[in-house]
Amino acid sequence: MREISTDYITSVIEKLCIESNTIMGDDVLDAIRQAHKQETSEVGKDILSQFLENAALARDQKLPLCQDTGLAVVFIELGQDVHLVGGDFETAVNEGVRRGYINGYLRKSSLDPVKRKNYGDNTPAIIHVEIVPGDKLKISVATKGFGAENMSEVVLFPPAVGIDGIKRFVVERVEKAGANACPPVIVGIGLGGNLEKAALIAKKSLLRPLGERHPDPEIAQIEEDILAAINNLGIGPQGMGGSVTALDVHIETYPTHIGSLPVAVNLQCHCHRHREQIL
Amino acid sequence: MQTICLSTPISDEAVRTLKAGDKVLISGTIYTARDAAHKRLVDLLQRGEPLPMELQGQIIYYSGPTPPKPGMVIGSAGPTTSYRMDPYTPKLIENGLKGMIGKGPRGDEVISAIKKYKAAYFAATGGVAALLSKTVKSCQVVAYEDLGTEAIHKLEVEEFPAIVINDTEGNDLYREGKEKYQVR
Repeated sequence: MREISTDYITSVIEKLCIESNTIMGDDVLDAIRQAHKQETSEVGKDILSQFLENAALARDQKLPLCQDTGLAVVFIELGQDVHLVGGDFETAVNEGVRRGYINGYLRKSSLDPVKRKNYGDNTPAIIHVEIVPGDKLKISVATKGFGAENMSEVVLFPPAVGIDGIKRFVVERVEKAGANACPPVIVGIGLGGNLEKAALIAKKSLLRPLGERHPDPEIAQIEEDILAAINNLGIGPQGMGGSVTALDVHIETYPTHIGSLPVAVNLQCHCHRHREQIL
Repeated sequence: MQTICLSTPISDEAVRTLKAGDKVLISGTIYTARDAAHKRLVDLLQRGEPLPMELQGQIIYYSGPTPPKPGMVIGSAGPTTSYRMDPYTPKLIENGLKGMIGKGPRGDEVISAIKKYKAAYFAATGGVAALLSKTVKSCQVVAYEDLGTEAIHKLEVEEFPAIVINDTEGNDLYREGKEKYQVR
């Protein structure tokens, strides 16, 4: 059995929190450059240029891309042949987040929901663990801002709503979000499961590289249909009008109940901050 | 569409020249305030007590900056979503506030107050906080230090870029921009 120390997990999570907030992913940069070519509004083009300029500056000077450095969402895929040694797993993850947000000069946004008192170190993280075959440990850190998160929604529709109804619901969700979600957005959709599963797979779908379609051609087609409909809305970069409102649409599905058609829409801003590492 | 250099404090005359869609470069003092600081400011006004800063002719920037690295004036400082401040904004406009910088559309009561009392709502680009922080030349906490990032910071800015969304005539760039580019 392979041993991985929890100290190592802490140091990797510290690094991923800082990198995800300061380094824009290559797939996102490519998508923004592509959007700049496609955008027909001058104001929209100018905004997309600012995104690229900001990304270069943030990377060079190790500055956060956005002041909302988010809550840290940590996805762990733990190989079942891994033995964690050295300390408590959850403490190790939160210590990584704490160090990342303090040492990286990131904003601490996490607080008590009732007292509204800030904890001062952006912990606890939101941690999702999955046990998988093998002896590797994969860590994905998504530092998710709440401009887009606040515009997300889960609905458990009756099956009669159908796929066309789902498409309309998602497009309306993006339309209602408008400039609030910091467009052009990435749209994560969880289709099926139940209340919490739909939300979880919607978030997880955001980790897929931009431009990559779902492997099932039928679902890939739904992604493309929704993307086209969203880009016809006219919202544009930052909501000031334009032809690029979304950079991509990702769907993940899960089996559901005969009496339901759950759908979750998790919106993501154009900074799209996440970093992964396999240990 | 025009590019206008705007210095704070701003007069009624200066506000009237602003039209939805204009680019502005703002210089002078602006104050940061988010949800928690807004609640405190409006509580003070409702009790008839003095505010910790001047409101007349001023601009509030909806921003909670990241901590500055050593040697820096401020960390990254971009706009947050504005609708969360809607319950408080009309009261501040009534009391002399002339401008708000944020992102995302405002509610009807805010838009009415902008028309009635002659103010303007500006959007800065969301998610370019490193870039925007370079226009900030000084930063000092003037109230509510206990709120951390949500404290009221007094910023001196030079040519801070923004776009007029709502003007004194009731125009709205979000609505007009979307209509122009929508494919039906």
